[in-house]
Amino acid sequence: MATEIKLPALAPSMTEGNVARWTKAEGDAVSTGDIIAEIETDKALVDLESPATGVLGKIVVPAGTNAVKVETVIGWIVQAGEAVPALDAPVAATSNPTAALPPLAPAAGRQAAIRAADASSPNAAAPATGHASGARIFASPLARRLSEQAGVPLDGLRGTGPHGRIVRIDVEAAIQAAATAAPVSAIGAATSAAACGGYTDVPHSNTRRVIARRLTEAKQQVPHFYLTVDCRIDRLLAVRAEANAAQGEGDVKLSVNDFIVRAVALALKQVPAANASWGDAAVRMWHDVDVSVAVATPSGLITPVIRGADRKTVGAISAEVKALASRAREGRLKPQEYQGGGFTISNLGMYGIREFAAIINPPQACILAVGAGEQRPAAIDGALAVATMMTCTLSVDHRVVDGAVGAEFLAAFRKLVEQPIALLI
Amino acid sequence: MKKQSFDLVILGGGPGGYVAAIRAAQLGLRTAVIEREHLGGICLNWGCIPTKALLRSAEVYEQMRHASAYGLKVDGAGFDLAAIVQRSRNVAGQLAGGVKHLLKKNKVEVIQGHGRLAGGGRVLVGAGGGAQASQPSMELSAPHVIIATGARSRVVSPLEPDGKLVWSYKEAMAPTAMPRSLAVVGSGAIGIEFASFYRSLGAEVTVIEMLDRVLPLEDEEISAFARKALEKRGLKFLTEATVGGLKKSADRVRLEIAGAAGTTTMEVDRVISAVGIVGNVEGLGLEDTRVKVERTHIVTDEWCRTAEPGVFAIGDVAGAPWLAHKASHEGILCVEKIAGLPGLHPLDARRIPGCTYCAPQVASVGLTEARARAAGREVKVGRFPFMGNGKAIALGEPEGLVKTVFDAKTGELLGAHMVGAEVTELIQGYAVGMTLETTEAELMHTVFPHPTLSEMLHEATLAAYGRAIHA
Repeated sequence: MATEIKLPALAPSMTEGNVARWTKAEGDAVSTGDIIAEIETDKALVDLESPATGVLGKIVVPAGTNAVKVETVIGWIVQAGEAVPALDAPVAATSNPTAALPPLAPAAGRQAAIRAADASSPNAAAPATGHASGARIFASPLARRLSEQAGVPLDGLRGTGPHGRIVRIDVEAAIQAAATAAPVSAIGAATSAAACGGYTDVPHSNTRRVIARRLTEAKQQVPHFYLTVDCRIDRLLAVRAEANAAQGEGDVKLSVNDFIVRAVALALKQVPAANASWGDAAVRMWHDVDVSVAVATPSGLITPVIRGADRKTVGAISAEVKALASRAREGRLKPQEYQGGGFTISNLGMYGIREFAAIINPPQACILAVGAGEQRPAAIDGALAVATMMTCTLSVDHRVVDGAVGAEFLAAFRKLVEQPIALLI
Repeated sequence: MKKQSFDLVILGGGPGGYVAAIRAAQLGLRTAVIEREHLGGICLNWGCIPTKALLRSAEVYEQMRHASAYGLKVDGAGFDLAAIVQRSRNVAGQLAGGVKHLLKKNKVEVIQGHGRLAGGGRVLVGAGGGAQASQPSMELSAPHVIIATGARSRVVSPLEPDGKLVWSYKEAMAPTAMPRSLAVVGSGAIGIEFASFYRSLGAEVTVIEMLDRVLPLEDEEISAFARKALEKRGLKFLTEATVGGLKKSADRVRLEIAGAAGTTTMEVDRVISAVGIVGNVEGLGLEDTRVKVERTHIVTDEWCRTAEPGVFAIGDVAGAPWLAHKASHEGILCVEKIAGLPGLHPLDARRIPGCTYCAPQVASVGLTEARARAAGREVKVGRFPFMGNGKAIALGEPEGLVKTVFDAKTGELLGAHMVGAEVTELIQGYAVGMTLETTEAELMHTVFPHPTLSEMLHEATLAAYGRAIHA
C-alpha cells in the first residue's frame, strides 16, 4: 500500500517549512525511520524520517521548495512493483492532503521520531507490539521475543528479513548498539549557521530522543503548578545515623532519599488523591503506591519504580533503589522495572541544589523535587537557631490534583519527614 | 573452434547446477550448463532418487511380509531383483528427462562435455575428462562461472571397489544378484540406506563403523534409537571398527576387522564401501587460478565465491553438508548474488534438514542437544514417542521418537530430531518454523490435524515445556 510522506509540524507553532534537501532519490529502498529529507524550519534544519518501509516512489515537492504548508504531501513511499497514486494537487505551497487514502501517520516526521525507541518512558506501552498509530510492525516471533526480553523496542528498527521484516539478527544488532549507547541516526547537517566555530555533534540516542519528546510534551501539555515546603531534617539525619550505626559491616547503608521514598509512600496513603494519573476519560486513582525514583545514567534520565513502597521498610527500599539504580546505569533495566509508577521523586540534593522544580512525568500527576539538606538560620520557638533544612518542591498536574490536595500531600510528607519515627513503623 | 559467450556458465548439471541455471534464466541471464555425463547429476541418476525407488520396493515388500498383521493374506510373497532395479532406473530416467525438458523450456544452453577454466572468463569444453581436455571443441566466455561438479565416493584401501565383490554405491544400486550376506562399511546415510534395503530383501547385513556410534551426524539419542530399531530388524553393527585387510575368493570376501577388542574376521558375499565422498576438483583448470582446494573441496565464502573473482562453487564440490537441497539453494543464492538482487541472506547451515530413508526413517534439522549445550545454550528438550500417537498406532508403526531442543531463554527452536515412519516428510514443519524464526509459542498455537503423525511435532514442543498431553 502506498504511504504519503507529509510535511510534519516539527514544532507546535509551525505552519510551513522549506524542503531543503532530499537525502534519498526516487527508486531508493527505504525503511521506516530512515532519514529521507531535510526540512528547514524557522529555527533549525530538521531530519525527516520515512514513515514506512518500501521504495521512495515519487518526490512530489522537490528540494529547494520554500513555504510548503504543513500536512502537504511531499512524496510517496510505495511497495516494490506498486504504482504511485495519481496526484491531483499541484506541488509546493498548497496544504491539501489527498483525501482518498487513509492517513497512515500524520505529521510523519515527528511521528517517526516519536516512535523511535521509547526506552526510558515509564509509561510506554508494551514495546514489541506496535505503536499508537496502529501500523503493524513486521517482525519474526523470535525477534519479538528478544526485543521484549532486552527492552529494545522494535519501533524504528531496520528489518533485513523478507519485505523488510525485522528478524533475529536485526534485534541482536540493536541490543548491541543499545548496550554501547551507539547513536541511531546521523544528525542532519545542522550547519545552516555557517561559520560559528568548532563543535562536536553528538547524534541522538534513542534515550535522548525519548527524553526530549516526553518532557517537551509534559511541559507543553500539562498545566503545572508548584508548591514548596522547607523540611527540618535534623531528626531524620539522627535517625538515619542511628539506623546505619546499628547495621552490620556488610549491610546496606540507608540514605536520606530512602527515607524520603518511604515518606512519599506513606503520605500518598494518607492523601490518596495525589496518587493519580490523568486519562482521556477519567482520572485513574491507583490502588498501589508505586514510587518512581529518578536516576541519572550516562545515557540520560531513567526512573526505576519501587512497587508497593508503602509496604516496604526503609531498608528494603534502600536495597532496591541501589540495585535498580546500578542496573539502570548499566542500561540493564527491564521494561517492567521502569514502566508504570504513580509518583516520581527527583533528588538533586547531592549536587548542592537548594531548590528546583521538576517536570512531571506524564501520565503521573505529581513529581517531588528534593533539594540539599543544609544548615540554615531558622526561627525556632521565636529564637534564631541553626537547623538543617531541606527544600522540597512538588510539581502538580492541575487537571488531576488541585492546590489544596497538593498542599495536603506536601504537609503530610513534611510531617513524616520531620517526625521520622513514623517512617519506621 | 566454436566460440560462444554467455552471462553465466555452469560446470555440472546436477541438483546444484541445473537449479542454478533455471534461476539464472528466470533472472534474464544467458546461461550455459556443461554436463559430461547425465543431467540431474548423481542425485537423479545414481543417488537420492533411485535409492528412494529401491527403498520403496523394500518398504512394500516389508508390508507384504507382515500383511497378516493387517488382516491380509499374501501367499508366496517374493521379489524380482531385476525388476526392482529396473523400476529405479526407470524413475531416474524419467526425472533426468524432466530436467532436460526444464532446461530447454528455460532456454538454457546444455552442452555435453567436460568443461575446464582457461582463465579470463573462458571455459573450454572437451570430449574427454581428466587432466587432458585435449582438442577442446568449444570455447565459452562468461563473466561468471559456477563450478557444480559434485563429488564421488571416497576410495579407501583396502576397500577399492572392483565392480564385482567390493561395491561402490553404483554397483549397490544395480545389483544383478542378491547377496546372501553383506558387509556395509560406513554408517552414514548412504551406508545405512543400503544396509536397510538389502536387509529388507533378506540379506544378512553387518554394518562396520569407524566411530563409536551409528549415523554419527545425528543426535546421540536418535542414533541410539535407530540402531536399536535396525538391530531389531536383524542388522548387525560393529562400531569403533575398521577394515584392516580383505581377501577375495571367487565369490566371497573375507574381511579383517580391527576393533576395540582386537582383530576379528568375517566372511561375506559382498562388501559395500560407503566411507565418504571426495569433491570432483580434477581437470577443471583450477591449478591456474586462485581457487583454493582444501581436502578435495573448493573453499568458498558465505556467498559461494571462490578466491578467484567471477568463479563460484556450489554443492558437494564446495563442502558439507553434502545434500542435494543444499546444492540447489546455494545455486539459487549464488545466481541471485550474481544478478545483484538486494536483501540476500547467506544459507544458514542450521536450517538445512538431513534425512535418511532407512526403516525406520531418520530426519533432523538444527543443533543436536549435545551441540546446543556445548555452545553454551541453556536448553529445554522435548521428547515424544510414536507410541503416544494415535495415527502411528493405527498405521502399525509404533516405533519412533520426536525430539525438540529449544533455547530456554528465548524459546528459539534450536533443533529437531526424529526417527520413525515418515519422519522425512515431517521434518519440513520444523524447517519452515526455523526459517520463520518461530519460538515455542507459535508451534504450540499451530493447530495440527488429527489424526496425523504430524501431531507429534506439536506434542514434542509441548513436552519441552512439561505440557505434553499424550505422554
